[in-house]
Amino acid sequence: MVGNILRAAAAPSVPPAPAIEPAQRLISIEGIARRYRQKHTGEVTVFEDLWLGIDQGEFVCIIGHSGCGKTTVLNILAGLDRPDEGVVIVDGREVDGPSLDRAVIFQGHALLPWLTVLGNVAYAVAARNRSWSKAKVREHARRFIELVGLSGAERKRPAELSGGMKQRVGIARALAIEPKTMLMDEPFSALDALTRGTLQDEVRRICLTTDQTVMMITHDVDEAIYLADKIVLMTNGPGARIAEVVRNTLPRERDRNQMHRLPGYYAIRNHLMDFLVSRSATFGDELAAGRAWSARSVPVVEPGREDAARQPPRGRQPLEPKQLAPR
Amino acid sequence: MGWSDRGRALLLSALVLGVFLAAWHLATRGTGGAEGLDPAYAALMGAQVTEGASAMPGPLDVAAELWRHVTDPFYDAGPNDKGIGIQLAYSIGRVLLGYGMAVIVAIPLGFLIGMSPLVSRALDPFIQIMKPISPLAWMPLALYTIRDSNASAVFVIFICAVWPMLVNTAFGVATVRREWLNVARTLEIPAWKRALTVVLPAAAPTILTGMRISIGIAWLVIVAAEMLVGGTGIGYFVWNEWNNLSIVNVIVAILFIGVVGMVLDQLLAAAARLVTFPE
Ligand SMILES: Nc1ncnc2c1ncn2[C@@H]1O[C@H](COP(=O)(O)OP(=O)(O)O)[C@@H](O)[C@H]1O
Ligand SMILES: [Mg+2]
Repeated sequence: MVGNILRAAAAPSVPPAPAIEPAQRLISIEGIARRYRQKHTGEVTVFEDLWLGIDQGEFVCIIGHSGCGKTTVLNILAGLDRPDEGVVIVDGREVDGPSLDRAVIFQGHALLPWLTVLGNVAYAVAARNRSWSKAKVREHARRFIELVGLSGAERKRPAELSGGMKQRVGIARALAIEPKTMLMDEPFSALDALTRGTLQDEVRRICLTTDQTVMMITHDVDEAIYLADKIVLMTNGPGARIAEVVRNTLPRERDRNQMHRLPGYYAIRNHLMDFLVSRSATFGDELAAGRAWSARSVPVVEPGREDAARQPPRGRQPLEPKQLAPR
Repeated sequence: MGWSDRGRALLLSALVLGVFLAAWHLATRGTGGAEGLDPAYAALMGAQVTEGASAMPGPLDVAAELWRHVTDPFYDAGPNDKGIGIQLAYSIGRVLLGYGMAVIVAIPLGFLIGMSPLVSRALDPFIQIMKPISPLAWMPLALYTIRDSNASAVFVIFICAVWPMLVNTAFGVATVRREWLNVARTLEIPAWKRALTVVLPAAAPTILTGMRISIGIAWLVIVAAEMLVGGTGIGYFVWNEWNNLSIVNVIVAILFIGVVGMVLDQLLAAAARLVTFPE
C-alpha cells in the first residue's frame, strides 16, 4: 500500500540513469514483485518493486531476515521461479528459464545422493559440454574437485561426507560449468565457524582470480563484509524492499583475520548490524518520516568511507572502541 | 559379538523347530496308525482311522514324501500326476508373466501420474475404486471374456500386481526432492533426460518397495487362482491332493509355496538394496 503510493510519487521524478557504465552491467533486476495467493489471508506480497543492478565481476551479498524473500529473488534470477511483475535482464536478455550461464549453489547442498562426488560434478560438466567424451568430462570434473581441495574423495558418496565437504562439492559443481554468474543461497550457513572461514577464503580466492560475478545470500554480517563489493539490505517481509545498498570501501586485498583492523570496518559492520537489529523492521517509519528514497534508484551508502574520515556514521560510537584504539 | 548373537539366534531357531517337530510327532503318533485298536471299533469310527494315509500325518511321513518330491520333481505321469517341480514351474511362469505385464504398465503410468498433478487427479478415483477389489473377483469376468483359463490366471496376477507398483511409483515420482530437480533444471537438462537421470534414481527405492509388495501379493493370489481354474500349477496341485485326501502332499506343497515365496521376496529385496542410496 505504502509502496504503491511511494512508487507513484517517486517514479516520475527520479532519473533512471545508473551511475555506472551500462556496458559493465551484467544483471539488471527491474521492478520485480512476487505474490502468493493464500486461502485465508488473501494475497501476500513477499516483495515488490525491487530494482538492482549487478556489474560484471562484482560480488554482491544480500542480507535480510529470514522469510523476507531472499531465496525467492535468487530463484527468479536463476530462472527457477518467475516474478509476478517486472523482469530480470541478464546479458541484455530477459530471463525466461534456467541457464547454464547462471550456476546455483543451493541452500541445502542439493547433491544427488546416488552419485559419487565425481559423478555429481561430472553430471554438471557433461550437461555443459554435451559433445565431450566421458574421459574428458571426468578429467575436467577432477580439476574442479582438486580446486576445492577434495582430491581423494572422488569416489565417496555425499552421505559419507561432512557438511563442509558436501558444500565444497556443490561449489565445484557450480564452478565446473564455468558460468558467467554464480548464485549462492546461504552456502555456508550450516557449517561450523572454522570450515566456514576456510570456504570463504577459497570462494574469495576463486572469484577474484576468475573475475566471477556472484550474488550471494547470507545471514552473516562478517561474511558479507569479507566477501562482498556491494551489500544489499532487504527489509522484513511481507512487502519487503531493498532499503539501501552498502558499498564496501575496504581495500580489495583484505584478510579475514585482520579485516577488523581496517579503517571503516566497524562503521560498515555497525551500519549492517543496526539495519538488521532495528531498521529492517522500522524502515517504513523512516519513509513515513519523509526520508528521500526511491525503489528505482536505491541509495548507495558508504559508511566505511565516512568512518575512515573520522566521522562516525549518524553520531554513533563504534561498538568496540578498544580494538579501534591502535589506529 | 555379532557372531555369537547370530549363533544364539540360530540355536534358538533350531530349538523352536525341534520343539515344533517333536510336538507334531507326539500329537500325530496316536492317529497315524490304528494298530492298537480293535478292528471292529475302528470300522465303527469310519474308514479314515484305519487308513494311515488319510489321517493327520506326522513329520516323518511328510519328510519321506518331501524327499520323494525333491529327488524326482519333474516326472510327468498324466494330467493328474505331475512332479511338484513342474507344477511350481507353471505357477512361477504365470506369476512372472502377469507380473511382468504389470511392471510394463504400472511403472510408466505411475511416472505419468507422479509427474502430472492433472493426470493424478483425473485417475485417482479409478485407482481408489479398483485397488480394493479382490483379484479373484475378476476371475469370472476374465474367464468369460478371455475364454482361456491359463490367460485368465495371468490376468488375475496382472490385476493384483499392478496397484501397489502404480501407487508406489506415482508417490515416489511425485515426492522427488524439488532441489534435485532444480539442480537438473539449472543445468538445462531436457525433461526426458531429467526423468531418467534424476527422477528414476530418486524414486527407485520407492518403486522397488511397490514391486516387492506386488510380487508377494501375486504369489499369494496365484495359489487361489489355480485352485479355481485348475489344470496345472501348485494351487491346482494342492486342490487335487486335497481331493485325493493326501494331507501329506498338501503339507509338502505348503512348504514349497513358502520357500518359493521367500525366494521371490528376497530377490526383490536384493534389487531394492542395489538402488537404495543413503542420504
Ligand atoms: N509456495 C509458497 N506459498 C506461499 N508463500 C510462500 C511460498 N514460498 C515462499 N513463500 C513465502 O515467501 C516468503 C519468502 O520466502 P524465502 O524467499 O524463502 O525467504 P528467505 O530466503 O529470505 O528466508 C516467506 O515468507 C514464505 O512464507
Ligand atoms: Mg532462504
